Amino acid sequence: MASTNIYDNFVTSLTQSIHNGLYSSMSPTWALITELAIIGFVFLMFYALVGLFLVYAERKVCAFMQNRVGPNRVGKYGIFQTIADFIKLLMKELVVIKNSDKLLFTLAPFIIIIASFMAVAAIPFAKGLHAIDFDIGILYVIAVSSLGVVGVLLAGWSSNNKYSLIGAMRSGAQIISYELSVGMSLLTIVILAGTMQFSEIVQGQEFGWFIFKGHIPAVIAFLIFLIASTAETNRGPFDLAEAESELTAGFHTEYSGIKFAFFFLAEYMNMFLVASIGATIFLGGWMPFHVSGWIGFNQVMDYIPPTFWYLGKTGFIIFLMMWFKWTFPRLRIDQLLTLEWKYLLPINLFNILLMAFIVLMGWHF
Amino acid sequence: MNSFFNYFADIFSGVKSLLIGMSVTGKYFFSPGQIVTQQYPENRKTLKMYERFKGEVIMPHDANNHHRCTGCAICELNCPNGSIEIVSARIDGPDGKKVRVIDKHIYHLGMCTFCSLCVKTCPENALAFGQEFEHAVFDRSVLTKILNQPGSSIIKGTEE
Amino acid sequence: MKEVIHTPVPSVEEEEYHINMGPQHPSTHGVLRLVVSLQGEIVKNLKPHCGYIHRGMEKMCEKDTYPQIIHLTDRMDYLSAHINNHAVCLLVENALQIEVPERVKYIRTIMDELCRIQSHQLWWASFGMDLGGLTCFFYGLRDREKILDIWEETTGARFLQSYYTPGGLMWDIHPDFQKNVKAFIKYFRKKIRDYEKILSGNVIFTERSRNIGLMTKEEAISYGVTGPSGRGSGWSCDIRKHHPYALYDKVEFKEILYHEGDTLARYMVRMDEMYESMHIIEQLIDNIPEGDFSAKMKAVIKLPAGEYYQRVESARGDLGIYCISDGNKTPYRMKFRTPSFSNLSVLDHISRDLKIADLVAIGGSLDLVIPDIDR
Ligand code: SF4
Ligand code: SF4
Repeated sequence: MASTNIYDNFVTSLTQSIHNGLYSSMSPTWALITELAIIGFVFLMFYALVGLFLVYAERKVCAFMQNRVGPNRVGKYGIFQTIADFIKLLMKELVVIKNSDKLLFTLAPFIIIIASFMAVAAIPFAKGLHAIDFDIGILYVIAVSSLGVVGVLLAGWSSNNKYSLIGAMRSGAQIISYELSVGMSLLTIVILAGTMQFSEIVQGQEFGWFIFKGHIPAVIAFLIFLIASTAETNRGPFDLAEAESELTAGFHTEYSGIKFAFFFLAEYMNMFLVASIGATIFLGGWMPFHVSGWIGFNQVMDYIPPTFWYLGKTGFIIFLMMWFKWTFPRLRIDQLLTLEWKYLLPINLFNILLMAFIVLMGWHF
Repeated sequence: MNSFFNYFADIFSGVKSLLIGMSVTGKYFFSPGQIVTQQYPENRKTLKMYERFKGEVIMPHDANNHHRCTGCAICELNCPNGSIEIVSARIDGPDGKKVRVIDKHIYHLGMCTFCSLCVKTCPENALAFGQEFEHAVFDRSVLTKILNQPGSSIIKGTEE
Repeated sequence: MKEVIHTPVPSVEEEEYHINMGPQHPSTHGVLRLVVSLQGEIVKNLKPHCGYIHRGMEKMCEKDTYPQIIHLTDRMDYLSAHINNHAVCLLVENALQIEVPERVKYIRTIMDELCRIQSHQLWWASFGMDLGGLTCFFYGLRDREKILDIWEETTGARFLQSYYTPGGLMWDIHPDFQKNVKAFIKYFRKKIRDYEKILSGNVIFTERSRNIGLMTKEEAISYGVTGPSGRGSGWSCDIRKHHPYALYDKVEFKEILYHEGDTLARYMVRMDEMYESMHIIEQLIDNIPEGDFSAKMKAVIKLPAGEYYQRVESARGDLGIYCISDGNKTPYRMKFRTPSFSNLSVLDHISRDLKIADLVAIGGSLDLVIPDIDR
C-alpha cells in the first residue's frame, strides 16, 4: 500500500503514548475516565475556538465582499475581536422574559450547542484522530445534527414572543424538509463508497476523492448537499428563522448575554460541522490529493499534514457558504419549500438511481 | 414534454443568475484595493474636510484679535432656531458719542441646523463656517459658545 | 377608582395574531408602526400608525420666514432634500414672478437629478437589505457616498443641504463641481452593472418580487400613489413631464413607465430612472452658462396675499406645497402634500393575503421615508 503517510505515525504514537501513560499510572477505570475527560475537554476547547474563529472569519469575509475592512481594532487585524465580543456578552444581563417558559427558555441554547457538539465527535480530523469511529457514522451524524432543530423550536416557543414563534415554526418546516436532501445526497455517496463508516469512506478516497470518482452524480450530490446543508444550518439565503428584516431576529429575539452567544456560536459550529461532513464525504476529508501512479507527486502531497488538508477543505466549503450568504437575497417560506420538494428532492431521487446504476456498471473511476 | 424542458431551463437560468451575482461579490472579495472605508481615528491627522464644510459657525479673528462683527443682530433675526443671541454694549466712541459694539455673540451649537442663513445674511461677513466636526461633549452647556473672543474688538474702519 | 375596561373577548376562530411591526423594526426604515393581523404567515390586514416623528412642521412654517422654511423642508424627505428645497423656492419665485438666472436653473436641475440618483441608490441598498441581501446595502451606500462628497464640496453639507434660496442658490458651485460630477457619472455607469447583476437578474429576487403587491393603474390613481411607485402601475404622473419646472422642458428624457404594477415593476422604474437622471445630467453638465448664482432678492420676502400651490417631482413622487399668504413675511398656512403619505395608504390594500416576507418587500418597493409621512 502506498499510503504510509509520515504524519500517521505521529498522531497514532501521540495518542498511544498518552494512553499508555495513563494506564500505567492509574487503575483502568480511572484511566478510562481521565481519557474521556481529556477528549471531552480537547473537543470543547477546539470547538469553542472554531466557533470564535469562524465568527471572525465571517466578519472579515463579508467585509471584504462589501468593500470594507471588517474588524480591525482588537489586536492586529482585529483577530481578538470575537474574544472581546464574547467577554462582553458574558458580562451582559440575562434578561428574564415575563410569562416565558423559564426552563425551556434556558434549555434551548444548550440543546442546540450539544447537538452540534455530539455530531462532531464522529468526524475524523486525520488518520485515527477522531473521538469515535462508528460503523454507521453517517447515520449517526444525520441523526444527531437534526436534534438542533428542537432547540430552535423550543427557543421560539418558550420566549413568548410572536416574532420568535413565527421564526421557530418556519425553521421547523425548513429543517424537516432539508434533512431529507442532506440525507439523500449523503446516501448517494454511501452507495459509491459501500460503507457508512467515516474512516473507511476517507480511506476509499485515497486515489481520487469521491466527487471525482463518482463524477456526474457525485457532483450533483455535492451541489445538493451544499444547498441543503446551508438551509439546514439556517444560514442565508435560507435564514428564514432569523430573517432580521422580517422577524427582527426570529427565534433568538429575546435572548441576551451568554445565551444569545450560544445561539450565535452554534450557528458557526453547525456550519463547521456540515462543512466537515461535506469535506469528508465528497472531498476526501484528511486525505491528501493523490493521483494514482504519480508517486512523486503523491509524496509531495503527503508532506502537507492531513489535518491541514482536512481544515483546508472544510474552510473551502465554509467559504462557499459565506459567499452564498453575502450575495443572495433571502427566499420566502413557500419558495423555500418549493425548492426542496419540487427541485431538490426529485433530482436527488433520480441521482441516487443514477449513482446506483453507475456503481452497478462499474462506470465510476 | 415542454414543461419538462421548462423545468430544466428554469434550473439552469436560475443557477446562472446566481453565479453572476456571486461573481460580483467574489470579484470584490479578491480585490481588497477597492475598499472604500476610511479608518477614522487613525486618519485624523490627514483628514481634510472640504473648505465649505459646515462644521460650526465661527467668527474669524485676525492676528490682532479683531473681528468684523458690529453687533447689528441681523444674524439673530435670521436664525430660524434662535441659536444666536447678541448681547451688545454701548461704549464711548472716539468722538465722544456712544457707539454700539458687540459684547457677547452667543451661539448655541446644539440648536443650530446649519442652514447657513446667518453666515449668508451677515452684512459684515463676520461669520463663517468652521471645519470642526467632533462636537460630542459630556455636558450640553459646552455647546453654548461665545463667538467673539475675550478682549477682541472690531476691526478699525468697520464700525458704524 | 380602578377603571374597568371591558374588551370583548374574541372567540378562538375570530382571534387574530397581531404583530407590531415597528416603531422599531429593521424593515420599516424609521419609526413607522404597522399593526399587522396574521393568519399563520399570511397578512390579513394591516393598519399603519404614523406620527412617531411628527414635528409639527406645517405649524412651524407659520412662524418662519420663507428663507427659513427651506431648512425645514430638508428634514421632511431627507433623501430628496434638494428637491424639497426646490419646491419652496419655486413657490416663492412664482408668487413674486421672479425669473431666476439661467445658471441657477442648470445647477438646480443637476442637483435635483443627483438627488434623485442618490435617493434611488439608498432605496436600492435598503430594498436589497429588506429582501435579505445584506451586501446590496453596502454597495448602494458606497456609490451614494460619491454624490455626498460632491455635495459636501459645493454646499458644505452631506445630507441636509439647504442649498437653494428663494431666487437662487446659497453659493456658487465649487470650481471642481463639473469635473467631479462627470467623474461620478462615469464611475456610476460602471457600478450600476453590479446592481443589475447582484439583484435585478437574480432568480431569487425576481421570484420574490414578480406578481407581488399588484396595484392597478386605477388603484394607483385613487390612492394617489405617485412617483416611481405609481409609474410602476403605468400611471404617467411625472411632474417633470406634465408641469415642467426648472429646465425639464429643455432637456430630453423619458418618463419611465411599467405596466405590471408589481414590486418588480416598481423596482425597474427606479433602476431605469437612475439611467435617465444620469442622461439628464450629462446633457447639462457641460453647458452650465456663466452668470449670477442668484437673482436680486429683497432682504425681506413677502408674498402677496393669496393662495399658491407648487408641485415638484421628488424622488418619491408628487410633492405639493400649498401656501396661503396674508401678505406678511411668514405664511399664514403652509401645507405639504408629501408623496410618502399617500404611498403608504395603499400598503394595506396591496399586501393583503400575502406573506410577511412579501409585506416587507412591498414596503421596500414603495420607498417610504417616514419623516416624509409624519412631517
Ligand atoms: S455677526 Fe454679522 S449679522 Fe451677526 S451681529 Fe455681527 S455683524 Fe451683525
Ligand atoms: S446656521 Fe442657521 S441655525 Fe445655525 S446659527 Fe446660523 S442661522 Fe442659526
